[in-house]
Formats: sequence, structure tokens, C-alpha cells
Amino acid sequence: MINQEWPLWEIFIRSRNGLSHKHVGSLHAADAEMAMSNARDVYTRRSEGISIWVVESSKIVASNPEDQGPLFEPAANKVYRHPTFYDLPDGLEHM
Amino acid sequence: MKTESLEQRFQDRIDREERIEPKDWMPEKYRKTLIRQISQHAHSEIVGMLPEGNWITRAPSLRRKAALLAKVQDEAGHGLYLYAAAETLGISRDEMIEQLHDGTAKYSNIFNYPTLTWADMGTIGWLVDGAAIMNQVPLCRCSYGPYARAMVRVCKEESFHQRQGFEILLTLSRGNREQREMLQESVNRWWWPSMMMFGPNDADSPHSQQSMAWKIKRFSNDELRQKFVDVCVEQAKILNVTIPDRDLKWNEERGHYDFGKIDWDEFWRVVKGDGPCNRQRLKARIDAHENGAWVRDAAMAFAKKQSERKQAQKIAS
Ligand SMILES: [Fe+2]
Ligand SMILES: [Fe+2]
Repeated sequence: MINQEWPLWEIFIRSRNGLSHKHVGSLHAADAEMAMSNARDVYTRRSEGISIWVVESSKIVASNPEDQGPLFEPAANKVYRHPTFYDLPDGLEHM
Repeated sequence: MKTESLEQRFQDRIDREERIEPKDWMPEKYRKTLIRQISQHAHSEIVGMLPEGNWITRAPSLRRKAALLAKVQDEAGHGLYLYAAAETLGISRDEMIEQLHDGTAKYSNIFNYPTLTWADMGTIGWLVDGAAIMNQVPLCRCSYGPYARAMVRVCKEESFHQRQGFEILLTLSRGNREQREMLQESVNRWWWPSMMMFGPNDADSPHSQQSMAWKIKRFSNDELRQKFVDVCVEQAKILNVTIPDRDLKWNEERGHYDFGKIDWDEFWRVVKGDGPCNRQRLKARIDAHENGAWVRDAAMAFAKKQSERKQAQKIAS
């Protein structure tokens, strides 16, 4: 007996055309093909999707919550990136 | 940073209704509590397939059979969503299965009762799924993100379970005398075990308070049980069925139904392994797991061979 756990896969589903794929959960499967058919059975039993992506979880690189400050704080003080930063007269239209 | 202040910051996040995600810092006890609760919840979904699976081949019509089959398949899915949520906390699927099989992890007590008649399929949908829904809806707002998200999916699917069960009972209630008796007999057997599904009384549930502070739990056991009683009494009227509790009485002052005492001795006896079906349920799970080992191994071996072959082709070309 090999007794080895099947790898973990992350499942992304596009619910309809025009929308992007969205993470819905994960599952174990021996290979991509099995991950695909299990994803169909587990996550689209009620026509929740028209397209599936399966990605082996170990292939995903994630940012670390501890780095949240250095990664995302610089954006917080760059208010000039937002249209509301600019003072313009009320009468101005189509802008 | 000191643990104390980490814990304080964690609690502040919880109090602000922020969701905790897998890689975030969390107190060890929060992690352990969640692993225990989510894995036992997952086991319940999986073991819960057994009592109903017992009637799939004997469903009285194709319509009933298709519905029951779909319901049991949903429960497998629920188990899977929940195992996956627990895995984000750092426990492996194999470890969880092992804990179920060696008895360290429990599953919902209700599934240690037998399904003796077709009416039980209706009663399980009505009362057991009904009680489960009452427990699960507040869990959709649980502080741990992956658990809450799994529960949203589960709750979406549960409502059909309860409705198909109620429809089975409604049909029996409009049937002949034998059918009506079958309905009553089934409700007599399932009522009290369903009441126990909410767990011990608040006073005897020491971990509840911490779980409430961590917003894993949103309502106490007794609050949920009261809600269940109030809802079921009204639904029972539609079925023309009597709830087997002589102390059941509307209390004008409280605005709730009063109800009789639960036999907690029976509850603990079944929890500790001496219910009518404990041994049978566990054996069925262990057998399924052991007899499926060669399939899991073969799939792994096949996957390995395929990827090696692909690798070799790449090198050759
Ligand atoms: Fe379920
Ligand atoms: Fe269910």
C-alpha cells in the first residue's frame, strides 16, 4: 500500500460568460483530470458554472499577512490616484 | 511581540467583525477549537449519509428515489467542503479520518439512531435537517472565513433537503390510517434525539462562552433549541402529527413554547458509544475506507506514471 494522500487542488469557476473565474473551494485528486471531474461533481451540481479551472494548491504563491503593511500601505497615502482628489467647479459636466 | 498583545489584537479584529483567514495569526486554542468543530461537522455529514443511504433502493417511487439520491450526494459534498475548510488550519485529511475511525473525533449523535421505516426519510428531512439548518445558518457569519464560506454553500443546498422531507411526511399525512400511523411513530422516535442535536444545556456547556466571544458561535444551544421548538410546533399542525411531549405548552409571558425535560442520560450514553447504531456506523465507515485503499493507490500510481511518461516525451522531442 502506498497510503499517500492525493494532492490538494484549488477550484475556480466562471458562473457565466462575462464574469471572471472565482475561487469556490478545494478538493483532493490524483491528477488534473480527476480534479476536473471531481470539481464538476462537487461544485457544479446545480448549474453553478460554465467553465472550471483547477490549480494544484502547492503551485500557488501567496503573500504573507505579516507583509500587509509594506505591501499595501504605500497605496493608502496616494490619494491623488483617485478622481475625487481633484478640486473642480460644480458646473463642469461630462467629466 | 508578546503573546498577550497578539491575543488582544486578535480579539479586537473579531470584535470589529473582521474575518480571520488561514495564514493570519490566531491563538492556538482558537485553531484547535475550530479544527475540532469543523472536522466533527464534516464527519457528521459523511456518517449522516448512512441512515438515508439505507432507503435509496427502497424509495417508493422514482421521484422519491432521485430526490433522496441527490440529497445524500449533497451530504457527501458538505463533508468535502468542511474537510477542506478544516485542512486550511493545518490538519490533514488523513489525520481527520484517522481520528474518526479511532473514536477520538465524534460525529453528530443523531446518526446513531436507526432508520426503520420509509417515514424516517421524511422525518430526517423535516427534523434532523431542520435542526441542522438552525445550527448552520448562524455559522455563515462565523469569524473564520473558510468555515463561513463553506457554510454558505451548505445552507444554500440544505433547504431542498428539508422540503423534500416535509413533502414525504405531507403525503403520508394525507394517506390511509396505516400511513398516518407510520408518520406519527416516526416522529415519536426522532423528536427527542433531534432536540438533543443542539447540545447540552447552556449551563453544562463550558466551552460555549469562549466560542461566542470568538464569534464561532452566535447563539447559545438553548436559544437555538427554543427556536426549533417554536418553529416545529406550527409545522406539526400542518402534518396533523402530535409532538411527543406532554409538557409542550404556549407560554404567553415568554412568547415561546415551554417544553419537557431532555433525557441527558440517554444523550451521554449514545455519545459514549452505546447508541443503537454506533458500532454499525463506525464499522461501515472503516470498511469503506479500507476497501477503497487500493483505488486511491491505483489512482496515485496511474497519475505518477502519466506524468513520468509526459516528462520522457518532453525530453525526447
Ligand atoms: Fe448537510
Ligand atoms: Fe442535509
